Amino acid sequence: MSRAVYITGIGAISAQTEESIFSEKPAVYTSNIFQAISPNFKEYIPAMALRRMSKAIKMGLTAGKIALQDANVELPDAIITGTGEGCKQDTEKFLESMLSQEEELLTPTSFIQSTHNTVGGQIALNLKCSGYNVTYSQESASLESALIDSVLLLHEKPSLNSVLVGGVDEVSNKITSFGFLNGFLKQEEIENLSLFSHKSEGTITSEGAFFFNLTTENKKDSYAQLKAVSSLKAESSIEVSEKITEFLLKNSLRSQELDIVFLGKNGDLDQDEIYDELQNTIFSESCQLAYKHLSGDFNTVTGFAIWLSCLIFRKQQIPDILKLNAVSGANPKNILLYNLASNTNHSLILLQKP
Amino acid sequence: MSDLRTELKQSIIEQLNLEELTIEDIDNDDSLFGDGLGLDSIDALELIVLLEKDYGIKLTDPNQGKEIFISINKMAEYIESHRTK
Repeated sequence: MSRAVYITGIGAISAQTEESIFSEKPAVYTSNIFQAISPNFKEYIPAMALRRMSKAIKMGLTAGKIALQDANVELPDAIITGTGEGCKQDTEKFLESMLSQEEELLTPTSFIQSTHNTVGGQIALNLKCSGYNVTYSQESASLESALIDSVLLLHEKPSLNSVLVGGVDEVSNKITSFGFLNGFLKQEEIENLSLFSHKSEGTITSEGAFFFNLTTENKKDSYAQLKAVSSLKAESSIEVSEKITEFLLKNSLRSQELDIVFLGKNGDLDQDEIYDELQNTIFSESCQLAYKHLSGDFNTVTGFAIWLSCLIFRKQQIPDILKLNAVSGANPKNILLYNLASNTNHSLILLQKP
Repeated sequence: MSDLRTELKQSIIEQLNLEELTIEDIDNDDSLFGDGLGLDSIDALELIVLLEKDYGIKLTDPNQGKEIFISINKMAEYIESHRTK
C-alpha cells in the first residue's frame, strides 16, 4: 500500500516575498515582464561558484538549500527538478556569441550551463549529493511531472528520508519577450495587481524557483500532505469539470469538501473563461484564490501556489490580496490547485492539512 | 610590458566573471589555479579561447596550458613571444 507523502520544508524565490503577501503589501510592477526578488545569494553559494551562474541556477540552488534548511535535512536522497524552459539566459548568451563571432572562438561556460538539467546538477554538486537526480521539462507540466516522480519514488522506497523536488524558470531578454509576438503576453503594458480587470488576451510573466522537501514521515512541523498530483488534457470546461470530479473521487473527496481552490487564472480573456465557468459551478462553494497577479505566469509557477498553500496551512491566514470570492476558507483542510496552460493543458495538485 | 599584464588581469576578471576582484587584487606572480585565484578546468578552457581571440595564439596541445597559465607573469611572457596580433 502506498504511503502518504508530506512536505516538511519549503523554499521559494519569486517576484513577491512571504512578508509582502501576508502583510497585504505586495510588490507592484508596471511591466508585463518582471524579475524575481533576489535574496543575498552569497549567503548560500560560494563566490567562486556563483560567478558563472545564471539567475535560474542561483534561484534554484538557493531555494533548494532554503527548503532543506527548513526541513533540517543536510543531504537529500534524491533531487528532482522541473523547468519549462531551462537556463534561457545562458542559451541566449551562447547563441548571441555564435552569431557575433561567426561560430568561431566560442567560450564554453554559457554552453555548458545552458542545458535544462544544470540546476539539478548544480544543486547536487553543491550538496555533494550523488543520489537520484532527474530533470523534467514538459512546459507547464514540468513541476507536476517532477512531483509525480517524487511521489512514485517515495512509494517505491518509503525508507528515503528526503526527496528535494522543485521547479524553476527564469526571465531572459530575448526569449521571454517573444511572448509579445506569440500572444502569450498582453500587448499593452499593465500593472500586475490589475491583471484580472484587463479584458484582453495574453498575460504577464516573471520567474522564480520553488523547492520542497518531501518525506513519508509526518513530522510535527510538516506543512502539508501532498495527496495527489495529476496533469491532463481536456478541451472544454465540461470535460475538465468531469475530470476534476473524477480526480477528487479517487481521493475520496467531493468538490463541496474543498475548502480552498487555488486557481491559475492569468488574465487572458479566452483562457479565463474556463476558470469562470468552474468558479460558478463545481468550485462555487469553495474559497477561491488567485495568485498570478502577484507571481506572473510561467511554466513552473504552480510552485508559487504550493508554497502559498503551505504557508496558509501553517499560518491559518488567507491574505485578502489572493481572494476572488467571499467564502471564508478559514481553517482549511483540503486545498486544490488547478492550473490551465495553452487552453488544453490542465494540472491538479491536492494538498491536505497534515 | 606592464600594460599587457594589466590588460590580462582586466580580461581575466571580465571573462571569468571574477566580480569580487579588482586588478590590484591580483599579483603578477599569484597562482591562477589552486590556492591562488582558485580557477578551475572550465576557466582553463576560457583562457585558451582568450589567447586565440585576443592574441592570435592557438594552443594545439591543451597540456601546454598548465605551463602557460601558472601566473599573470608566465602568461604575459608566453604572449609576448608568441602573439600574432
